Amino acid sequence: MADRKRFDVRALPGLSFMAGSCFVLLYLPILLVVIYSFNAGNTVSIWEGFSWRWYQAAWNNAAVQEATLRSLMVASIASVLATAAAVLAALATTRSRGFRGRGIVLGLINQPLMVPEIVTAVGLLIVFSMIKVATGYQGIGYVILAHASFCTPFAFMSIRARLQGMDLSLENAGADLYGTPVRIFRHVTLPQLWPGILSGWMLAFVISLDNVVITEFVKSAGQDTLPTYMLGQLRRKITPEINAISTVLLLISIALVITAYLAGRKRA
Amino acid sequence: MATRPKPPAVDGARAALLTPALLIVTLGALAPVLVIALYSILTPGDYGGVSWTVSFQNWLNVIAERDFLTDEMTLAAAHLEIFWRSVKLAFLTTLLTFIFGFPAAYFIATRPPHRRDLWLMLIMLPFWTNLLIRIFAVMQLIRNDGIINNLLLSIGAIEAPIQMLYTEFAVLVGMTYLYLPLMVLPIYASMERFDFSLAEAGYDLYAPRLRVLQQVILPAIKPGIIAGSILVFIPSLGDYVVARVLGGGKQLMLGNLIGMQFGELRNWPLGAALSLTLLAIVAVAMVIYVRTAGAEEEPHG
Repeated sequence: MADRKRFDVRALPGLSFMAGSCFVLLYLPILLVVIYSFNAGNTVSIWEGFSWRWYQAAWNNAAVQEATLRSLMVASIASVLATAAAVLAALATTRSRGFRGRGIVLGLINQPLMVPEIVTAVGLLIVFSMIKVATGYQGIGYVILAHASFCTPFAFMSIRARLQGMDLSLENAGADLYGTPVRIFRHVTLPQLWPGILSGWMLAFVISLDNVVITEFVKSAGQDTLPTYMLGQLRRKITPEINAISTVLLLISIALVITAYLAGRKRA
Repeated sequence: MATRPKPPAVDGARAALLTPALLIVTLGALAPVLVIALYSILTPGDYGGVSWTVSFQNWLNVIAERDFLTDEMTLAAAHLEIFWRSVKLAFLTTLLTFIFGFPAAYFIATRPPHRRDLWLMLIMLPFWTNLLIRIFAVMQLIRNDGIINNLLLSIGAIEAPIQMLYTEFAVLVGMTYLYLPLMVLPIYASMERFDFSLAEAGYDLYAPRLRVLQQVILPAIKPGIIAGSILVFIPSLGDYVVARVLGGGKQLMLGNLIGMQFGELRNWPLGAALSLTLLAIVAVAMVIYVRTAGAEEEPHG
């Protein structure tokens, strides 16, 4: 009936071009990092053939090994701490009657998201230097605590969203059958909550693995994580070794994010 | 006889359940901000740290400096330049992410529903990959012996490499690249709810495309644009890493100035006062956001 050709809102002029360039811009630089990690030459700009040599170099580099292990250790402990705390806090804010100060509690847990990282970083530098003087403890615990605190809101959001979306009738049935809160949680809530916990934990892990600014200010000498090690290297002559490290780190992040995405999406 | 399911109450254990999270966040995020506030009114110590004498000199030093010879107070030109650069680059980053992000969000919102999740995932995936790797990726492109310069040299478009790294341009490109997904996501979210038949109605009434975009689509997705702008503006303003790596210590941002006070310049109280200044700007941006977003959403219920 429309004699005029119906205008398609999906085809604004130039739209696909701009959207296309947006995707290209997002992926081209990363793709180049990956490609040049296989460069046989010494540069990250002139291609001289395929080789695994930079992966071998990175693998045999003691500083990289050490930083990698430290990164994984910090991310594992911090993300588990953050996730455990987030599960408990999410239960307290979704499975109880409204209480005074609830807004403050939510604001406090989400606070790390609202303060610029550099401010938290220098603030932690001061706080931890006070604790160092008072206790004499110099270890990696400071880095872990700092990571746990900025990971907590990410785990919290994911787990809380899951708890809010769950059908309460099963939990109510458990309560009607005189199940204790702990047993209800263990046998009814937890099995349904599991995907939320998993995706929350993975996000926390990735966030911790990524962090540069706060780690850079909180770490003591000899406590480099992989990102702070790379930050130091970027000021020097760059070889494809950095590309090789980056590619491995990229793969880990992408694998975790996709798993978290799928776990979060799955309906219980 | 409960007609409506009530949540199994954990009221009794609530305090215990909240304690671990609050403890972690208080120690790791709240305490630092409070200590910063305290330090901003103390006197710098001789070798970093502070001496415990109250002083408001640091706040004055945020924008002013004392001349060594005449002892007169003048505006601190170096600080003002850095403030101006931070605000300018954060604003330009917001603008650029909008220019690239809006078409991407529009594109995704007009795909068939079952495909949208995948496209959105493609936008978000780089965001979840390591920040430093993405900055390094940009660096690799724009270095003097980088891919862009090599390409231009080899086709004879330029005689000598263009200096892009360690300029404001580099910082701008880096931040735009980093924060693009943060612009796309909220714009997409409001566009997904937008009824595109309204736009079609506009076209049917012979409105030119630009007019439909301007008068029908843009007003409807304004909350998303504001949210995206805030999400991009705030981290750009507080940037530290991009300016450090791509600006090469020459194009300082506010974050670098703060970092330097705790490093080589050893003036912790000034660093604290600068941190609170940054925090205040961020807070103002948030208030504007809450006001605008709140006002937008009220009438629609």
